[in-house]
Amino acid sequence: MSYRLPAFIFVPLVTAFVLPLFGKKGKSVAALLANVVTIALLALAISCLGQREVYEVGKWPIPLGINLVLDGLSCLVLVIINIVAASAMLYSTRYMEQYTAKSKYLSLFMLLVTSLNGAVLSGDIFNLFVFLEIASLTSYALVGFGCGDEELEASFKYMVLGEIASMIILFAIALVYANTGALNMAYVSKAIQTRSLNPSLTFALAFFIAGFGLKAALVPFHAWLPDAHSSAPAPVSAMLSGVFIKVLGVYALTRLIFNIFGISIPLGWILIALGVLSMVAGVFLAVGQWDFKRLLAYHSISQMGYVVIGIGMGTLILAQGGDILWASLAILGGLFHLINHAVFKSLLFLTSGSVEMSTGTRQLKQMGGLADKLPFTRATCTIASASIAGVPPFNGFWSKLILVVAAFQSRMFWLAAITVIVSLVTLISFLKVQKYIFLGELPDNLKDVKENKGTMLIAMLFLSGLCIAMGLLLLPAMKDVVLDPAVQVLTDGLGYSSKLIVAQ
Amino acid sequence: MLYTLCFLLFMIGLYCVLVKKNMVKIVIGLAVMEYAVNLFFIMAGYRTNGQAPIISPQDLAGKTEVTANFINTTVDPLPQALVLTSIVIGLGSLALMISLCVRIYEKYGTFDITEIRRLRG
Repeated sequence: MSYRLPAFIFVPLVTAFVLPLFGKKGKSVAALLANVVTIALLALAISCLGQREVYEVGKWPIPLGINLVLDGLSCLVLVIINIVAASAMLYSTRYMEQYTAKSKYLSLFMLLVTSLNGAVLSGDIFNLFVFLEIASLTSYALVGFGCGDEELEASFKYMVLGEIASMIILFAIALVYANTGALNMAYVSKAIQTRSLNPSLTFALAFFIAGFGLKAALVPFHAWLPDAHSSAPAPVSAMLSGVFIKVLGVYALTRLIFNIFGISIPLGWILIALGVLSMVAGVFLAVGQWDFKRLLAYHSISQMGYVVIGIGMGTLILAQGGDILWASLAILGGLFHLINHAVFKSLLFLTSGSVEMSTGTRQLKQMGGLADKLPFTRATCTIASASIAGVPPFNGFWSKLILVVAAFQSRMFWLAAITVIVSLVTLISFLKVQKYIFLGELPDNLKDVKENKGTMLIAMLFLSGLCIAMGLLLLPAMKDVVLDPAVQVLTDGLGYSSKLIVAQ
Repeated sequence: MLYTLCFLLFMIGLYCVLVKKNMVKIVIGLAVMEYAVNLFFIMAGYRTNGQAPIISPQDLAGKTEVTANFINTTVDPLPQALVLTSIVIGLGSLALMISLCVRIYEKYGTFDITEIRRLRG
């Protein structure tokens, strides 16, 4: 049995507790160690692509013990977590110099990576909850890391809503256990298939949707996100917006809906409704913002809507017994947008941090004419803006195109129209960002602004390279290895459990 | 009946979180919600007049497997293990929440959430 899967959890966990030991004097050593670990994890995640593996923790056989499962979907999400974590960590090496207690920050960051990796790999719903709580607790602490009054306020607000979500999810897990007598995802799924959904399991499913919807900040549950994501330090915002809301929101929800509870027509409509609401409300709230990071945070809500409608359309088509080809296309669009959004949104948050570090402000109205002063930040920010707005050669365009094609094929023309309109509004709001930050007149107090070099620049260039290159994932050779296995897991639906139990 | 009371306790906690204006009371409300969920977990594994799930050598008395009678009369031990985990997690989150409250009080000089609103929009 290979120890690759537990390494994803064990290595960052141990690092997290070793890092604070370095203290103030050894903080460059601590930063180096943290970077080595995140980059090694990224390499390990890429080596897992296209493989399947099950690991039993403590050698307990499957229904008794906890197991870690690597399949197409978890592999895709694992790679994206570690890409964003490695670049955010590289970026923080320089960015976090402005805060005190850097080694504590590194330690919390490693814990966040641990718990996200764990949540993706876990094949046990209670274990998923434990990792979810570790991730949530570290993210509350990281949001309030600056200890300014606004950070603390945002952190408290986030924590109250996050804890309500966790309690709702725990309640749902208790209901599932009471009804099926199992916590292992495969066995829960098998029990639900043999007994079919009774009212209390439906109730549990509703609780799961509400709980994970809160974690994913889909629209009726979104109130905490703009405060929390804009108050956190930039690399943490990149982690939270880039992967946290996807792993603990969308990934967990799709895993539950597709592989455990089974899809149905009402579920498809619920997902589409949540997606459309998030998409439209998020983007219109974003256009009016004058705080750079707050604007980006609202766009996260809107872009999550795209992911959810892709998955919702897939659910609906599969549940109606439609053509599986279009269902897979819709799911492919959703998942592809998920990874694209992780890359360009974390890049945008990193550039916002770079601008903030140079100018000392986040208010768009107080900036201007920085194009010559911050050439690299400007270039990377333009690439990321073009990606999020869906301008052709960049990655955001391809996933949006797939979503529109899938909407047309499933005869939901209104959905295709909304997708395109929201994309246009996104373009407008990013033109506004470009105009107010990089064009126009340079204010007198920003005359001696300097570009941020070193690790921050490397991280931003790496992510913008990915933004340009990720369209290549749609080439058949790449698609077979990276995207198709993930789509396969979802279109297989309840086949997940039989595969896992037979694999024993 | 007991389940209804348990759900009621959860709802009281939720009500407290949503309606109260004092931060400390909100934290207490969250704690009440958590206890309600823990209680529900324990009740899910409870069996009236059940026995402890411990096998002594006399119970086995030469047999290699436990009897159906044993399985049908014992209390389910798993939820109790889960609740222990969830209590520990709850302790961690409670400590973080209270320390946040203290820091916010230092900054704003009040526990009233209607006065703590510098973030808008």
